[in-house]
Amino acid sequence: MAHDHCHSPAAVNIPQGARKIVLAGNPNVGKSAIFHTLTGVYVEVSNFPGTTVDISAGRLGELGVYDTPGVYGVSAFNEEERVAREMILQADTIINVVDAAHLDRDLFLTLQIIDMGFPVVVVLNMMDEAAAHGLNLDLAKLSAELGVEVVPTVAVKGTGIDLVKEAVGRAHPGRPTEAIRSRIPDGVSLDDGVMILEDDDAVCARYDRQPAGTREEIYRLRRERADQIVERVVSETNQGATFATKLGRWTLHPLYGALLLAGFLGVMYYLLGVVVAQDVVAVTEEIWMGEYYIPFITGLVGRVLPPDSFLGQIVIGEFGLLTMTVSYLVGLLLPLVLGFYLFLSVAEDSGYLPRVAVLVDRLMTRVGLNGRAVIPMILGFGCVTMATVTTRLMGTKRERTIATFLLSLAIPCSAQLAVITVMLAPLGPIYILTFVVVLFLIYGLAGAVLNRMLPGQSSDLLIDLPPLRVPRLSNILQKTYLKAKGFLVEAWVFFALGSVLVSTMNASGILTWIQNGLAPLTESWLGLPREAAGAFLMGFVRRDFGAAGLFDLGLSAHQTMVALMVITLFVPCIASIMIMLKERGKREGAIIWVVDITLAMIFGGILHRVMFW
Amino acid sequence: MTLDQTQPGQAFIITSIEDDFARLQAIRFGIAEGARAICQTILPGGPVVVRKGKQEMALGRNLALRIQVKPVEG
Repeated sequence: MAHDHCHSPAAVNIPQGARKIVLAGNPNVGKSAIFHTLTGVYVEVSNFPGTTVDISAGRLGELGVYDTPGVYGVSAFNEEERVAREMILQADTIINVVDAAHLDRDLFLTLQIIDMGFPVVVVLNMMDEAAAHGLNLDLAKLSAELGVEVVPTVAVKGTGIDLVKEAVGRAHPGRPTEAIRSRIPDGVSLDDGVMILEDDDAVCARYDRQPAGTREEIYRLRRERADQIVERVVSETNQGATFATKLGRWTLHPLYGALLLAGFLGVMYYLLGVVVAQDVVAVTEEIWMGEYYIPFITGLVGRVLPPDSFLGQIVIGEFGLLTMTVSYLVGLLLPLVLGFYLFLSVAEDSGYLPRVAVLVDRLMTRVGLNGRAVIPMILGFGCVTMATVTTRLMGTKRERTIATFLLSLAIPCSAQLAVITVMLAPLGPIYILTFVVVLFLIYGLAGAVLNRMLPGQSSDLLIDLPPLRVPRLSNILQKTYLKAKGFLVEAWVFFALGSVLVSTMNASGILTWIQNGLAPLTESWLGLPREAAGAFLMGFVRRDFGAAGLFDLGLSAHQTMVALMVITLFVPCIASIMIMLKERGKREGAIIWVVDITLAMIFGGILHRVMFW
Repeated sequence: MTLDQTQPGQAFIITSIEDDFARLQAIRFGIAEGARAICQTILPGGPVVVRKGKQEMALGRNLALRIQVKPVEG
């Protein structure tokens, strides 16, 4: 059933022509745990070609085993689904991992895969959780209904994995949904036939057919059968809710939920904003990079390349490729990116993140986003560049535009936040409060205006709430490592390009020229010394450099407020501008950039005029 | 009545979902038209959390406005 037109991902140690075993399942069903216990330690992880979605490949004897992103069905509603769909269509055998406690939801995918004619083994995972919920499952009956082997497991404890290994060799096609099978067009393979009936654009195009609009009907037929099977197979021995269920409900309680969220954000601020962004970075950037690495590399390269020459400035100058770029990436970004992804992975795997999305949904809809936008917004406080990449997960183009714009305008990244904190703190609580409130208002206002201006509709929140669980350490560490690596591999070149650009501008005198050109605006409209323009420009290189440049100007409290506001709104750093141009296209990215600068100047000027305290 | 008008703890049958994508996704989640579910929580002005068996699903307020339900005895 494998189609040759698809590329084979991450197949280094897997023998050529090996049978492909693909793991498929809903999100949060323990698929990765099954994958790792099946394949052992030798696993290769890579990006699926042309996407940011990770897939893992490993070996089980002579078989190639592939893990896919968790999905609710084989379709192409988003990037993760497209990857899973592509992998499933290439499979020789499918191991379908099912959450025993959520059989009714998971059976949709199971039946879809069976309808598509693949040899299948159903792994009924989390049997312990189902028992704790008072659910009793008749496995023999389930196996008879599906026509395939059903293996009960508790993957995190390794229970049942040996049985899965044995069953894989015996995998065979199951009992399809008759009402669907009978409608598959002649001369078409079963998997393609199901995809055609479900209006899959790519498969329809391959057969030169127009989607017939039968998807919903097919989905309903399958859902009916899934519900019937659950009725016959599952019985409930008690109605009692487990502690995790109760805790899960408290997290969405109007009062306790809000308190828990405040606690969550407080912990996040402390761990990421204080411990990582200040304490850890003080060691990695200032000591490791500043005291050891930079003097070392400048000395080494300086022997062959005069530091004052044009090339010397670009390579080992103040903003050089081997100096600033390396120090920035390794000393500053690496700990931040690791810290943020570690935190996010814990929140995700414990099942708390979807609940945060529910809690903030109302606020997010005001700015044309939905609760799911909480992920890029949280990441934005770490690194706006990293956050901009994750806007890909949003449902519509409209939301991606709004989220990118708000990130670039009103979310200060952690590097910048650290400098802002240091400069604002001595001014006292009134100024701090003003800054936070004004920034929050600008965020809300800009989002609300954009939400009205942009045509179309944003997508609504529609998410499945997984039960709260204690996350698995190995899963979290792996996810953190993969995401951090994925981001740095994708973004480092933009940081490098940015530094070349600025070094060139600096060495050729263009930087001074722009600074002088901006001076009238800086002095008369913003009421700041002309050198402040230089600091704003430095903000392009690194947002925190911009803010740091303001230190030495001897600004009054009033001027400090105006300057910090302008710097925050002004523009993200040059790397995030480039990612923005890449993600949103040149035209839209450029518009966002120009609007950011204009708004920064407008709001800065207004603040200068209305702030009388 | 629409989903946003239900009360926490109330059982109902979903009669229609006036959103193409949500309708498909709901079928996959197992909380589709014709399903019997319970309103778990409503966040003030925010999403509605619906439960069917052990399955919980959160729907944004704007979506809840477009979902018709018929209350049934708990």
